[in-house]
Amino acid sequence: MSGLEELTAGFLAAAVRVATPLLLAATGETVTERAGVINLGIEGMMLAGALAAALGASAAGPWTGVLAGIGAGTALALVFAAVVVGARGDQIITGTAVTLGAVGLTGMVYRQAYGTAGAGLNLPTLAALPVPGLREIPLIGPALFDQPAPTYLAILALPIVWWCLFRTRAGLMLRATGESQAMARAAGVRTGLVRAVATLIGGAFAGLAGATLVLAQVGTFAEKMTAGRGFIAIAIVVLGRWHPAGVGLAALLFGAATALQFLFQTLGWDVPYQLFLMLPYGLTLLALAGLVGRVRPPADLGRG
Amino acid sequence: MPRRAWVIAGTAVGLGLAVLAAGLSLAGYDAGAALAALWTGAFGSWYAFTSATLVRAVPLILIGLGIALGFRAGVFNIGAEGQFYAGAIAATWVGLHVGAMPAALAISAVWSAALLAGACWVAVPVGLRMRYGVLEVISTLLLNFVAEALVSFVVQGPLQERQGIYPQSDPIALSARLPFIPGTRLHVGLFLALGCAGVLWYLFARTRWGFKLRAVGAGPRAAEVSGRIDSRRVTAQALLASGAIAGLAGGVEVTGVSYALYQNLSPGYGFTAIAVALLARLHPLAVVAAGLLFGALEAGAGAMQRDAGVPAVAVSVVEAVVLIVVVIAAAGVQRIGLVGAARARRRAA
Repeated sequence: MSGLEELTAGFLAAAVRVATPLLLAATGETVTERAGVINLGIEGMMLAGALAAALGASAAGPWTGVLAGIGAGTALALVFAAVVVGARGDQIITGTAVTLGAVGLTGMVYRQAYGTAGAGLNLPTLAALPVPGLREIPLIGPALFDQPAPTYLAILALPIVWWCLFRTRAGLMLRATGESQAMARAAGVRTGLVRAVATLIGGAFAGLAGATLVLAQVGTFAEKMTAGRGFIAIAIVVLGRWHPAGVGLAALLFGAATALQFLFQTLGWDVPYQLFLMLPYGLTLLALAGLVGRVRPPADLGRG
Repeated sequence: MPRRAWVIAGTAVGLGLAVLAAGLSLAGYDAGAALAALWTGAFGSWYAFTSATLVRAVPLILIGLGIALGFRAGVFNIGAEGQFYAGAIAATWVGLHVGAMPAALAISAVWSAALLAGACWVAVPVGLRMRYGVLEVISTLLLNFVAEALVSFVVQGPLQERQGIYPQSDPIALSARLPFIPGTRLHVGLFLALGCAGVLWYLFARTRWGFKLRAVGAGPRAAEVSGRIDSRRVTAQALLASGAIAGLAGGVEVTGVSYALYQNLSPGYGFTAIAVALLARLHPLAVVAAGLLFGALEAGAGAMQRDAGVPAVAVSVVEAVVLIVVVIAAAGVQRIGLVGAARARRRAA
């Protein structure tokens, strides 16, 4: 491979790797928001999923960790759903509360489990699973087909979610609930149940995203390690216009923005690293501004 | 406050502490020792009360007032943390250059810079909302992370201390530091916070602008149609004022407590203040009481970490439970106006 080709392939692979947890969380949030629920708690659910994954993996291997992560995300989503759907609490504030609570809980559990020194965890992680044949495609081969299992899950989830949302009766009921809860209810849809289930699906995805972050990307847990990725996932949903295909592209865009950092380092360009910390957030704001009048959220999004 | 509000507030805080204790026990800590440390750290002595609890209550009261102001007009400012940091950066920068001025002038200059920086930081979400319809919930939230990265950059770049070793700024000029109340480490910024609470109470209850604010918060369409109020303008003003106050809180923290800029200057004041504002049901005078309560919690959290080995961040569990209880109570009766306001606003959008 020539130098340029190698560089590009490395950049694309890093972009996909960084995008995976964002894509997973955003895919789940797409389902949740299509049912009319905006869940700011997915940041906390990712964080809880990350810690549960670390604990599960050190106890019984990486796949137990993945399951533990999904379980933790779903459990927190259950709390969120109970308040928002069950008690009709405000979604924004409840989501903020769930995230705050997750920060506190994970801090407590983490300190107890790993002591004050923390960090130096030696976790069993998920290794890359190259797909024979496809991996050899130039440029996109290593990016898409030489990744750990969660990346494949994230990519497969997109068409599945699309099909469920737009080609099944359950998906129709879910979207109807998001567009007009009152009318959906009049048509016989159990809207509370639909919203609760959609929230739980979102929580499970967020937990999986957190697990992916720990087991397929960073290899360790740290306090507040999600660092706003859950919120970025929410922005990705807006950017992807509440559609799985758009969400996939938007997540990749974010992965690329972060992967630029690695590219610049490789090239030896001296740019303050904080600039790259800001880039995804700044990019989101720009992108949101650029979408004026061209996107329409589910009409009943955020309404109790 | 009416009796019902006291009941809700008491339930929220009691339940929050109970959940914290249960969580600590389940995680394997000595919950009794932790809560004892929490109490001692917050109220154990006059010194602890003034120099730990009240010192932390000041930024919480200020930011809480700003958030309450926004909520009253139906806007969700979840970006106070970022505005606080913007204010702290500006305050430090100005504070390094006012050594030649008399104290009153120096402090005024630093505080004005902080106020302005907070307003500028929130001007981005205001502009995005006015011009492009981007929800301020998302934009203010995202700007928190930009602000944190900006602090990280300036304390390792333009504002780094002279020797260039530590990621923090040089201490600000002596003339820009707030005097203490004798016998304590409590700076006079407390009076600013109390003064702001009084001013906001007057604004809300007694002025035309306050009336417009509440009308827009209760229902922007109705305010426009029946009151001929420019609700977009009022909303923008509320959000700007909210950011300015959070920025000012950053300036007060730099001039009264830290004297320098560094990362993690705020232990999440911008988020805790959301709980402060909501627990106070957006009433400026009640914000003072709620700010005190959460200041005590923050102060106690520090002691808990030192004396009982419980990470300070654990107290955000209490904040979470308080928020949830208040939200459920509000949803049950819809008297707080907040939920109804948000709903009406979205319907109008």
